[in-house]
Formats: sequence, C-alpha cells, structure tokens
Amino acid sequence: MEALKPGTRAPEFTLPSTPDQKVSLSEFLGKRVVLVFYPADWSPVCGDQLALYNELLKEFADLDATVLAISVDGIWCHLALSADRKYHFTLLSDFEPKGATAKAYGVYREKEGVTERALFVLDTKGVIRWSYVSPVGVNPGADGILKALEKIPTGE
Amino acid sequence: MEEAAQLALPVGGRDHVQGDPAAVLTLVEYGDYECPHCGAAYPIVKAVQKHFGKKLKFVYRNFPLKNVHPHAELAAEAAEAAAAQGRFWEMHDAIFEHQSRLGEHFLLELAGKLNLDTQRFAKDLAAGTFRKRVEEDFMSGVRSGVNGTPGFFIDGVRYEDSWDFGTLTEVLEGVLEGA
Repeated sequence: MEALKPGTRAPEFTLPSTPDQKVSLSEFLGKRVVLVFYPADWSPVCGDQLALYNELLKEFADLDATVLAISVDGIWCHLALSADRKYHFTLLSDFEPKGATAKAYGVYREKEGVTERALFVLDTKGVIRWSYVSPVGVNPGADGILKALEKIPTGE
Repeated sequence: MEEAAQLALPVGGRDHVQGDPAAVLTLVEYGDYECPHCGAAYPIVKAVQKHFGKKLKFVYRNFPLKNVHPHAELAAEAAEAAAAQGRFWEMHDAIFEHQSRLGEHFLLELAGKLNLDTQRFAKDLAAGTFRKRVEEDFMSGVRSGVNGTPGFFIDGVRYEDSWDFGTLTEVLEGVLEGA
C-alpha cells in the first residue's frame, strides 16, 4: 500500500469526532489541513508526537492550517486520551468500517490493523501538497509539516 | 526529518554553555524541567560531562511541553531569570534535583537558597520577562526536528540513539576519534 502523493485530491471522509458529532474533510475547504494518521491512542510515541503538535497549534493557525488526527481507536478512547493530555485539536475515529479512511489514503497496515504514522498537508482546495510516512516507532516531529505549509503560496 | 536533522539555530552567544568553550565536542539538550525522561537524563549528562572533561561542552535549551507538564514553562522561565543573575546552572541543577516539587512557591524558595535577588526574580516570573526566550528555544528545537524530550544534538546533528551513559559515551568517543 502506498501513501497518496502530492498533487492528488485528498479523498473525502466523514468520521466521528465525539459520540454524537461527525466531521467531514470538505468542511475545511478554504483552509489548509494537516492530517495526522497515527497507529494508536496511548502508545508512547503517539503521545509525544501529538503532544508536540498540541504545542504548535498557534504556529499552524498562523499558517492557516487546522490539525486533524486520525486513528482506528474508538471515539470513547479518543475522548479519554484528549482529556488526559489536554489536546486542543480534533481526534477522528476511523473505527467503522475499520481503517476505511486510512485505506483511501494508502496508509493502512493490514497485518496489524492500524494506520501508518503518516502526515498529509492539504492546501485550501483539498489537494495534497506534501505527504510523509514515518517508520511506525519514529516520531516525525513537526519541522516537515511547517516547511511544507510555508512552501505553499499565500492563499492556496 | 528525511535526512539527519541539523540544529537550525547554531550554538552561540545566547546559549547557556557549561564546560570549556573551546571543547572539541558540543552536546546540546532540548529539555523540559518537568519531563521525567529529562530528569532521568540529568545525572547521565553530568556523568558524560565528567567523563569527557575539557573535551566536551554542554548546552541546555528549553523545550517545555506546557499542556502535558503544567509547571514546565514557569520552571524554564525561572532558570532564565536565574541566568539573568548569573546563576543559570545552579538553578537548572536545583530544578532537576527537585522535579516533583515544581511550582511558583518552590521556585521562589530555590531562588532564595541560591542567594538571588528574589524580588527581581519574582518580578521577572510575574512579568514573563523570559517567556519570549523560552519560546525561541522551543521553536528552534521544532525547526531542528526535536520531537520530544530530551532531544540531544552532537556537534549540531540530531542524536536519535539511546541516551543511556554507555551508548551516549560510545557515540561521543566515536565522534571524537573521527574529529
């Protein structure tokens, strides 16, 4: 399975963000989006990776970007994690059908049943401008995301 | 992140440097005063410094994860406030040695113990005098590929291996031989 490449239109998805709310990617047209696929809630690397993005929400907002993090964990698991770690961004649950969104982006690990640790930067038209798949155990940091956002011309 | 990450902000005059400024090796740590891993790394760094003596200088920069560690930012600002009075390393060490007690009251108590001008120190903390500097440290870390703490750099290149004494020493010895 290969991750979608820059230049590709980001596939639409609608995923739960709370037990009674759903979020669609198309709601963000006109804004840039950083999609963060991560293997599992509570695993130490994910925690550090998301904790870092949580500290950088202002920098992302300054670059007109919203962070959406996606894993196959259930919504209650996401809520517990988010409350515990004081995340101020949205966690989406790619739970049923399991991993369907991750598959559409080419970042699902069939054998383990979790998503890759993958990043996508989308422009205001919903086109992928940058993507990166990290080794699962390696926290990719944020420098690549910031650089990718800065490369996109203003307004796009 | 695709290639070995480099320090985006080279070591310079703004940094807190411990050891011989002319040392061959430079070890930079991006740390969070409330992070238990940084607490665990603290005595290891001390041992590494002792092991290499004049051959190594150590630089500490702030990387507080404020949402995870509610006292980390103030502790970082406290160390910078102490630095303004010439006592950065004393405060840095005192904080790491009392990690579980961080909080404004305790930081003020430490300032007293270190014979700082506590009024000036308290004023600096209340006014957030060093918030911008801590933020600059943090962003320089992000730009350098720091993804968590402690984040180490050896001679400007990000160190991704284990930071236990044996491994860190071995890698530094290797760099020294190659130098």
